[in-house]
Amino acid sequence: MDVIVCVKRVPSTTTRVVIGGDRKSIDPTGVEFLLNPYDEFAVEEALKQRDAAGGGTVTAVSFGTAEAQKELRTVLAMGADAALLLQSAQAPLCDGATTARALADAIRGRKFDLLFFGKQAVDMDQHGVGPAVATLLGVPCISEVVHLEVKDGKVTAHREVEGAHEIVEAPLPCAVTAQKGLNEPRYATLKGIMAAKKKPLDVVDASVGEPLVEIVEMKMPPPRAAGKMVGEGPEAVPALVQLLKHEAKVL
Amino acid sequence: MQPFQELDYYALDDLLTEEERMVREQVRSFVDERVLPIVAAHWEAGTYPGELNLEMARLGMFGPAIPEQYGGAGLGAVAYGLICQELERGDSGIRSSASVQGSLVMYPIHAYGSEEQKRAWLPRLASGEVIGCFGLTEPDFGSNPGGMRTRCRRSGAEWILDGRKMWITNGTSAGLALVWAKDEQDVVRGFLVEADRKGFSAPETRHKWSFRCSVTSELVLEGVRVPESGRLPEAQGLKAPLSCLTQARYGIAWGAIGAAQACFDEVRNYTLQRQVFDKPLAGFQLTQEKLADMATEITKAQLLAWRLGQLKERGQATPARVSMAKRNNVHMALQIARSARGLLGANGITLEYHTGRHLCNLETVLTYEGTHEIHTLTIGEAVTGIPAYR
Ligand SMILES: Cc1cc2nc3c(=O)[nH]c(=O)nc-3n(C[C@H](O)[C@H](O)[C@H](O)COP(=O)(O)OP(=O)(O)OC[C@H]3O[C@@H](n4cnc5c(N)ncnc54)[C@H](O)[C@@H]3O)c2cc1C
Repeated sequence: MDVIVCVKRVPSTTTRVVIGGDRKSIDPTGVEFLLNPYDEFAVEEALKQRDAAGGGTVTAVSFGTAEAQKELRTVLAMGADAALLLQSAQAPLCDGATTARALADAIRGRKFDLLFFGKQAVDMDQHGVGPAVATLLGVPCISEVVHLEVKDGKVTAHREVEGAHEIVEAPLPCAVTAQKGLNEPRYATLKGIMAAKKKPLDVVDASVGEPLVEIVEMKMPPPRAAGKMVGEGPEAVPALVQLLKHEAKVL
Repeated sequence: MQPFQELDYYALDDLLTEEERMVREQVRSFVDERVLPIVAAHWEAGTYPGELNLEMARLGMFGPAIPEQYGGAGLGAVAYGLICQELERGDSGIRSSASVQGSLVMYPIHAYGSEEQKRAWLPRLASGEVIGCFGLTEPDFGSNPGGMRTRCRRSGAEWILDGRKMWITNGTSAGLALVWAKDEQDVVRGFLVEADRKGFSAPETRHKWSFRCSVTSELVLEGVRVPESGRLPEAQGLKAPLSCLTQARYGIAWGAIGAAQACFDEVRNYTLQRQVFDKPLAGFQLTQEKLADMATEITKAQLLAWRLGQLKERGQATPARVSMAKRNNVHMALQIARSARGLLGANGITLEYHTGRHLCNLETVLTYEGTHEIHTLTIGEAVTGIPAYR
């Protein structure tokens, strides 16, 4: 089974973000970057499906800056066979559709049975790249998958929907976006990290046209306003209910 | 709890290779996800989280610098240091488990063992199937191990060992004890003693207020018979066990940074949030002086450790150089833990906060692997040429 998994380098969610001088991107100084957490589920599933099939390859693809080689190396250390970086200094500023086009152009013409993505990247939170690549390539896409089985040329996937699981089927080749719960991602072992040095990591320049969506400005959220004391004890309840109804409008 | 934010004041990350950063990232997540959620409860109960052994082994943390053919990962010195640093951000005792297994048991077998011994033991130690311990210290000989009383004497194809070892990490849980003993000519020799040999026992030392999630034991050897094939053929004299300690001390120099980072991160967050006299504790000059000292000392310690790692990769990390980093870094970590404990106020004495646990642990780290004073004497000898140990 040949599997392609698309991954992104993102700032760690524990980073205290500072907006850069251009007011359009974050200041990367001192920021720890790592593999997008949802992509970890995608990578784990790709490796599991390859191994369950008894052979094949897992290729990791990323559209990103030169620094994203570190995240691709991590995926190789986890057990992927090869990696491809579509390098562009523009990548962090690109919208989902532009990113999807860059990925689809590179994947088109490559043979794959399964194409994995994380359900979203935790930096831009757009949820769109996986389904958009699948659409551009003309393959079915099942998104936000929490359980996956592959048998007899088709996939059966469980999707999380409000209060229930939806079970869907699609023929191979097929794209899947991974939701938390799909599996327990492995750590890269130290031996894996050493072995990753010898695996192929190709870097090609990706030319992308003008992004379809332009980031105009980034702003920090306004500081939280101070709380309001309504009163104390049971006597305060009626006033609280009034405020929740009419001011906060949550009741 | 806030996620851990490492202090990297001098952008020392730039000095690390991509591979070294990856190693650190993996061990850091392991500590966040597997160690920190359980460590305080184990520490309070005085138990070692044994389930972590196999997980650490699977990741490759036991003997990572041992060549791959014997089950190691063939990692460089800086990467090994980073593993110790990250593990000790969790707990000094847990880092110690990996240090003992890798530096004090696997290293001597690799350096002084026969090919058969290497093949028989290294892969099983790397995989965590067998846990090892290192028995050098005795009740009456700690800083001066050359005075040891444990004896070995030849009897046909066997050796007979008699004596007592004390303060031995992992002693009770070990399947294999590396025991150092003097022969009839007073030459120190090393023996691989399986724990089930007749006359061997390893009672656990209780009532510790430091290293509470690490097993510490006495080793009792009463006429224990070990075949000649259990003797490390290349180990002759005190230099052999001391060379193992040099390996372990190197890791401790890095490990101490991890403990210091844990305390610094905790206390920085705490003082930013804690309001005293109507403003954050971090906003007072007295507090800022403490935090500034901590940040400076951590940064200096990072530079020492990194440079020592470079020297080690070139085979130039002499024992006297390792002494300087062990002595400085452990002392700085202990000072930071004490100062941070104070800033945490009453909260600092509870196990809800990590600082108090690190503080208690670091009192062990100050003493073992050469006390602070002994390393002072080693550096003193290096700069004057005059040994002043006795
Ligand atoms: C939790 C723990 C785990 C340990 N694990 C191991 C292990 O796995 N294997 C092992 O072999 N050992 C182990 N040790 C033992 C450790 O290495 C010794 O405790 C250490 O070497 C100090 O020896 P000592 O306790 O006998 O102190 P002593 O040597 O009696 O020293 C007492 C004090 O005297 C000072 N002192 C000694 N000589 C001089 C001098 N010449 N000049 C000035 N001051 C001096 C010391 O610095 C110290 O302050 C462990 C210890 C602990 C606490």
